[in-house]
Amino acid sequence: MRAAVLLFPGLNRENDAMRALQQAGGVKPTLVWHSDHDLPKGTDLVVVPGGFSYGDYLRCGAIAGRANIMNAVRAHAERGGLVLGICNGFQILCESGLLPGVLMRNSNLRFICRMQHLRVERNDTPFTNAYAKGQIIEVCVAHGEGNYTAAADTLARLEGEGRVAFRYSDSAGSIGGDANCNGSMNDIAGIYSERFNVLGMMPHPENLIETIMGGTDGRGLFESLAAATAKAA
Amino acid sequence: MKARVTVTLKNGVLDPQGKAIEGALRSLGVEGVDSVRQGKMFEVELATSDPERAKTLLKEACERLLANTVVENYSIELL
Repeated sequence: MRAAVLLFPGLNRENDAMRALQQAGGVKPTLVWHSDHDLPKGTDLVVVPGGFSYGDYLRCGAIAGRANIMNAVRAHAERGGLVLGICNGFQILCESGLLPGVLMRNSNLRFICRMQHLRVERNDTPFTNAYAKGQIIEVCVAHGEGNYTAAADTLARLEGEGRVAFRYSDSAGSIGGDANCNGSMNDIAGIYSERFNVLGMMPHPENLIETIMGGTDGRGLFESLAAATAKAA
Repeated sequence: MKARVTVTLKNGVLDPQGKAIEGALRSLGVEGVDSVRQGKMFEVELATSDPERAKTLLKEACERLLANTVVENYSIELL
């Protein structure tokens, strides 16, 4: 697998993403600067990491979503290439039009930084093949604007096409109530594009790679990507 | 020429910030506020002095960057 990690001013999770790709995905990714026009040749996976691109000015991800490199990412996705957006990366993918909807201010108006359970909605995608369908994983969330919001018809379409990747849940897998940390519609923590080659998610799987960090439930996502791209190659 | 662009949340979109401000006004004892919704205002200076050209340009600015039309409306005012 050849992976590229994008870097915008204000992002701060690029090293976590690079480390996760190395440790769980077995690849040494290339860091790509936002003003570049092209991705490295042969890129299989683009990761848009988390942080606070452009200080969250205007709207989270709004300015980064319109950077030069995003045209290359759009073309990459159109060719069927894989794109993973985490946290601010998810916001950037929504703002760039690669994913529908928008991440609004958390319903409790607080920045949330805590461990969080997720339900893996399907395991037949390049991002989740190492998990079981319905598996409950524990990762962390750290965001102020993660409240997934979309128009009613968009939401119906996402649900109808099975494009919800992860939902916030409790440790037993129950959905709703306090398990929904930020007020997201339908408890959505992550969504796929129409062709399941783009995933955006608010939680941070890249931080749960080593036992020393409190868990390894995030490894599966990077192992899935490594397996999916090995099969394709 | 100068212009003012106002971006507001669409009706029906929850505005937790507006709600918090509404609550703060109430706790300050500012009476008679039924509801508050928060938006953004942009003051823009334009090179052109042609109102039609200005409107077209600002509409593009709103559609492409200033507003996220999934949840926001915008209005353009030439000053």
